[in-house]
Amino acid sequence: MKTQPESKVHERYLRHSKKFPNVWCAGCGIGIVLGAIIRAIDSLSLDKNDVAMISGIGCTGRMPVYVDFNTMHTTHGRAIAFATGLKLARPTMKVIVVMGDGDALAIGGNHFIHAARRNIGLTAIVVNNLTYGMTGGQYSPTTPLGARASTAPYGHIEPSFRIAELAVTAGAPFVARSTVYHVAELQKYIAQAISTQGFSVVEATSYCHTTLGRINRWGRAPDMMRRLKENSVTVQQAEKMSEEEKKAKIIRGILSDRKDIPEYTELYREQIIRQAKGEKA
Amino acid sequence: MNRVLMQGDEACAEGAIAAGCNFFAGYPITPATEIAEVMAHRLPQQDGVFIQMEDEIASMAAVIGAAVGGARAMTATSGPGFSLMQENIGYAAMAEIPCVIANVQRLGPSTGRPTSPAQGDVMQARWGTHGDHPIIVLCPSSVRESFDLTVKAFEFSERYRTPVILLLDEIIGHMREGVELPADKTTLNVKREQTLVPPEWYKPFENLATDVPPLIPFGEGYRYHITGLHHDERGYPTDKVDEVEAWTARVYSKIKQALSEVLLYEENGIKQADTLVVAYGISARSARHAVEMARNRGRRVGFLKLQTLWPFPEEVIEQAAERIHRIIVPEMNLGQLALEVERVAGRRKVRRVNRADGEVIKPEQILSAIEGMR
Repeated sequence: MKTQPESKVHERYLRHSKKFPNVWCAGCGIGIVLGAIIRAIDSLSLDKNDVAMISGIGCTGRMPVYVDFNTMHTTHGRAIAFATGLKLARPTMKVIVVMGDGDALAIGGNHFIHAARRNIGLTAIVVNNLTYGMTGGQYSPTTPLGARASTAPYGHIEPSFRIAELAVTAGAPFVARSTVYHVAELQKYIAQAISTQGFSVVEATSYCHTTLGRINRWGRAPDMMRRLKENSVTVQQAEKMSEEEKKAKIIRGILSDRKDIPEYTELYREQIIRQAKGEKA
Repeated sequence: MNRVLMQGDEACAEGAIAAGCNFFAGYPITPATEIAEVMAHRLPQQDGVFIQMEDEIASMAAVIGAAVGGARAMTATSGPGFSLMQENIGYAAMAEIPCVIANVQRLGPSTGRPTSPAQGDVMQARWGTHGDHPIIVLCPSSVRESFDLTVKAFEFSERYRTPVILLLDEIIGHMREGVELPADKTTLNVKREQTLVPPEWYKPFENLATDVPPLIPFGEGYRYHITGLHHDERGYPTDKVDEVEAWTARVYSKIKQALSEVLLYEENGIKQADTLVVAYGISARSARHAVEMARNRGRRVGFLKLQTLWPFPEEVIEQAAERIHRIIVPEMNLGQLALEVERVAGRRKVRRVNRADGEVIKPEQILSAIEGMR
């Protein structure tokens, strides 16, 4: 691990040509995730030229513009599909896809599960703030049952997706979940995800105090941050809990870490291209 | 030269490979599937990548991502898939990403008749995605032209940093014809423009008055930002009216300045004519036949076959129609390109010959329009 002070680390990765401040509300968790990503990349000593950050639409979608990598802000829900093309064209590149819950799981849900099934070497970081923040607090695929949202004024009647568990089921070899309160843990998981050869997923549980939090009177940013701390348990702790107890908890930890699934671009090179060239010759 | 029997879809795929295409992402759809099948077989033989994505939206996105990574990238689809691709085609137009989209038209709307030809996507190819943007649309009328215009599509997409759409149709795509393809295809290979400036000076969206700023692939030391938001010369989002305006003006002017290269057409017997038939794609073959029949009956009929539909060749039509009294526009839709012809026709009479039932326009239909016009 580098010993430089944190502010110096960020300075080497933020774009000086980009005008700050950023678009996020004061107290937002997305900046915390960005900080964790930057420190994770720094801890891996990656060359900035070999890193791409791709996003879709929404608050998290605005993340790449601030960092000095190869960055692309794409269309809503399609970041993984854009990143798939880039990864296939540049297999040695570290391609990090940052998305919100609506972006990754609603409009982009199809691409998310297929990238996991295909096991293409991308790192998907999903900032799960349980809502559509940029448009003002509509319900998303992860909005808790019973919560109110601007489009659920009578209470939300849909069960929510568990992002990390969905990724495991769809076949992603590395899946972890943490929160924006547990920053050091989050950074560690992100570094592990980026080091994974195949499709890796980190769910960063966050909150939106200016929309969903306000509508539900969940308090200010510090109150919601405290809830992440108090309402989360580790995978090990969760093992001792009943299904009913677990339902209300955020389960932190590594949910999958498999080495037995070949990565797509590697497999393509080793099997398809080799065979095609053999057939031609 | 060696003569081979091949389908228009195959010729499109072979044209792409000759042009240096090394990435294809697509989703199965009649009548464009054969392009994907040929690409799945042929691309890995040249170190290229074929991937079948989960849908057409993802296919178009992957094409753009690969192009940003430096690949010569394309996809192929038909009506329903073309509709799904529209948002990301707009992204490619906004971010000026070179890519080629082949749309083998079938009868619409909706699922329509998947195995029947049509020319109903002419306006969609121009205006299918939201907002003002330039686009190049090419339309072959034979198997050989499918090859040639696919090469041209890659050339234009890279040279002018724009999505280029190929409008085939079910007949051109599925029909087999004997074609002679160039023996030496190395001259057809399309290269991406390079830059001479160092990374710190590079502006991916620079407002150059007379040239197109080159797109340097990701991973080559030029770290920059791409977005579908309106952006400044460096690619950062902007709300400033003067920057938005500068982008719009530049992307329109880069195509306008290139019209002499981009506008492809063939004309025949126009000088002596008083009647002109303007046609494209599969309908141009019926039109050609009708023109010959009319000439045999002593009529003075000129023929203009358009290979570039968009940007619309206004001046080409205006010049061709200088001494013309009547213009006939046969097309397999209810009158799409005819709207443009009518716009530039002035006082000349324009007669539409239309069919949108999945059947080809017969030469006799066009002939009777020629003869029936006074």
